[in-house]
Amino acid sequence: MKAICFNFEIHQPFRLKRYRFFDIGRDHYYFDDFLNDDILSRIVHNSYIPAAETLLRLIEQYQGKFRCSFSVSGVAFEQLERYAPEFLDILKKLADTGCVEFVAQPFAYSLASLADPEEFAQQISETCSILRSRFGITPKVVRNTELIYDDDIAPQLVAMGFKACLTEGAKHILGWKSPNYVYTAASAPKLKLLLRNSKLSDDISFRFTDYNWNEYPLTADKYIDWIASTPQEEQIVNIFLNLETFGDLQPATSGIFQFLEALPRFAAERGVEFVTPSEAVAKIKPVDALSVMHPISSADEARDVSAWLGNRMQNEAFEKLYSVAERVRQCDNRSLKRDYSYLQTCDHLFYMSTKRKADGALHSLFSPYETPFQAFTNYMNVLADFLMRVEEQFPSQVDNEELNPLLLTISNQGAEIEALNKELASMRKNIEQYNIEHIGRDKKKEEPKEENPKAEKKTRGRKPKAETAPKEPKAKKAPKE
Amino acid sequence: MFGWEFPPHILGGLGTASYGLTRGMWECGDMDITFVIPKPFGDEDRSFARIIGNSQVPVAWRDVDRDYVESRIGRVMDPDLYYRLRDHIYADFNYMRTNDLGCIEFSGKYPSNLLEEINNYSITAGVIARTIDFDIIHSHDWLTYPAGIHAKQVTGKPLVVHVHATEYDRSRGKPNPTVYGIERDGMTHADHIITVSNLTRQTVIDHYGIDPAKVTTVHNAVVPLSQDLLDIEMPRATKEKVVTFLGRITMQKGPEYFVEAAAKVLRNCSNVRFVMAGSGDMMDKMINLAAERGIADRFHFPGFQKGRQVYEMLKASDVYIMPSVSEPFGISPLEAMQMGVPSIISKQSGCAEILDNVIKTDYWDIDAMADAIHAIISYPALYRQLREDGLAEVAQITWDKAGKKVIDIYNKVLGRN
Repeated sequence: MKAICFNFEIHQPFRLKRYRFFDIGRDHYYFDDFLNDDILSRIVHNSYIPAAETLLRLIEQYQGKFRCSFSVSGVAFEQLERYAPEFLDILKKLADTGCVEFVAQPFAYSLASLADPEEFAQQISETCSILRSRFGITPKVVRNTELIYDDDIAPQLVAMGFKACLTEGAKHILGWKSPNYVYTAASAPKLKLLLRNSKLSDDISFRFTDYNWNEYPLTADKYIDWIASTPQEEQIVNIFLNLETFGDLQPATSGIFQFLEALPRFAAERGVEFVTPSEAVAKIKPVDALSVMHPISSADEARDVSAWLGNRMQNEAFEKLYSVAERVRQCDNRSLKRDYSYLQTCDHLFYMSTKRKADGALHSLFSPYETPFQAFTNYMNVLADFLMRVEEQFPSQVDNEELNPLLLTISNQGAEIEALNKELASMRKNIEQYNIEHIGRDKKKEEPKEENPKAEKKTRGRKPKAETAPKEPKAKKAPKE
Repeated sequence: MFGWEFPPHILGGLGTASYGLTRGMWECGDMDITFVIPKPFGDEDRSFARIIGNSQVPVAWRDVDRDYVESRIGRVMDPDLYYRLRDHIYADFNYMRTNDLGCIEFSGKYPSNLLEEINNYSITAGVIARTIDFDIIHSHDWLTYPAGIHAKQVTGKPLVVHVHATEYDRSRGKPNPTVYGIERDGMTHADHIITVSNLTRQTVIDHYGIDPAKVTTVHNAVVPLSQDLLDIEMPRATKEKVVTFLGRITMQKGPEYFVEAAAKVLRNCSNVRFVMAGSGDMMDKMINLAAERGIADRFHFPGFQKGRQVYEMLKASDVYIMPSVSEPFGISPLEAMQMGVPSIISKQSGCAEILDNVIKTDYWDIDAMADAIHAIISYPALYRQLREDGLAEVAQITWDKAGKKVIDIYNKVLGRN
């Protein structure tokens, strides 16, 4: 058996508006709604809708033989909801066919996995809950932002209950090995790895219309032939693409949709099947464990994280951003939390890359900024305002460790006040009873007085203050513990 | 080559650029260069080019003996050359004011009788052209175009004119007709035109009506700084940042945009000072403007800086800014980068075409300019990124590469390939 495992990525960042430093502290809305609407609507109509409809047709036509998977970032979901809800209906239809698997990924399409495991876990579960509520799906397979993966991430993913992870078939990790097998994670043997075949994937997304490419033009016939003629033992070919490859990166006039439509026919002729990631890891036995010391990704020639963390500016922005991760998680201000996830989207860092040549061309192709310096300046201005808002919520003099019990006390204060009130009421009763019992008795038995001198104090005609009194001393005591 | 300035006695960027280019061409090898300037001082670097001063070129025959010539001009010219030149006087210029050697005096600067000096330059150039053997004539800037044309007409050798600036840039679009006339004359007579940027190339094509095929851009470069200059130590206030503008305070350089941007920055940050070093006809106006904006306590005018002072000033700065409205090339941001100072330049500057590790804004966009200033002084990562990558970038911009391009143009003009 030989099978193709398709994964289509849908992601769009919330691009920032031009935010000058004199807006810091004055303007708390950071996003360029017009630009985001414009770009998303363009991509949805040129690419997402026709591509998804093509896939839907293929699924119907081949009656379950054609299968694929999607991954949608949370920020993309939110933009689609806002600007192109009609596309979400098509996604729902795809989900209902049963031939399409949805793969989880971090909500904000962020680099949280490299900075803050807790944030990472939270973001993955956020996307999972979106998938559950929208499509009634519980994802079993996960992919990190831009296929970022290393040994530290694997055990986390297993702990979250995932069976498999999609990542890059990076040459510097694989060496002589082929990406066309199922592997397991060395650091967490339960987790299976599906590796992107970067050559075959990029043939479609970048070289399809490249006249200088010696294989131009790429036909479905030829493409399936390449796959079919890989060695017998290589059972799976992972083609992970951005969905906008169809119709946006490669325009419709290039024949990319016809190419997609023709694939299943030629595949059937050559005995190549289609599988979803879950089916792949269920059917195919892993051949080896793969150890990845340093994070790999699908970006740039280097296939590491240098596309986002390659220079000083990117690192500075990244560190500043994640320095407040824990604080933002502790707060319950919704707009602050929302902005925080939108700001984490890795595209913002991608725009700051100072790489040149082919990599640089790709960076600037997607960037709404003229230069990486402008991208950095704008982002840092926004971040400066955001950090001020976090500071307003929680002053930085207070440690995170200190903050925790404080917040706990505040959130528990209602329950505590109630408990104390109850206690107070019962004490009062006790005292009343005690008074009744002891009226007219001798003053010999004065022992019980030691038991409740506090209660006595409280009862003496200070009812209105008694309610607030217990709150303050309790709250102040908490941090000392 | 006909030029007007030559280091160390320079008044603007023209001298530096002519020097760098000549040296760069010499480094490419197999070049015999004669560089003509109005008035040499004798301390010019003559290792790579023969320097002839117009003020030592006889235009009227005088019977003087060798020892006398030696004592008079031996410091700047070989007496033999004087006699060779004297043999090629081509007309009777006795009616002109000449000295005891039959030479015309030159100031070597930009005097009020500049047009007369240009004419005299052209007269003496005729003598030089008749005396010396050469293959090609190269004229730097409009002052020497008449000389170039003259030399071409006398010898029939091809003329290349080098446009370092145009009257359009200097006057913000309202050119002096005489200057414009001289410039256009030079360009139409030239066999090829070299411009210092694509911006200037476009001006030459659009405003002077020149055939684009005849115009080629060769961007300027910089000479690496000496260790002595790089090692300058300047006392720095630790908490205050310094933003510096260096250059003539004239309409062309857009100083008012710098003042306005400074006012915007100061409204939000207090730990920054602004320096506008230089002199020019708009200086008083700028001082008034700074006072009007209420920022005079943080906006300083130290006056014209020269030589080493320029580098001391740069060393003491955190940001260099050049908001020129129209700058044919603009070598100063490159010098700032050499000193490790991040630069902000206007997109209307020629050097913006070749620089990557600088921040570029429109000269009129004071919001963007203020934002860029704020970003460099508040975000250390940006400062260091620009500083380090800037140093690496500017080290690659060398004159020998520019020289090579000019030699290629020569070969094309001469029909050698």
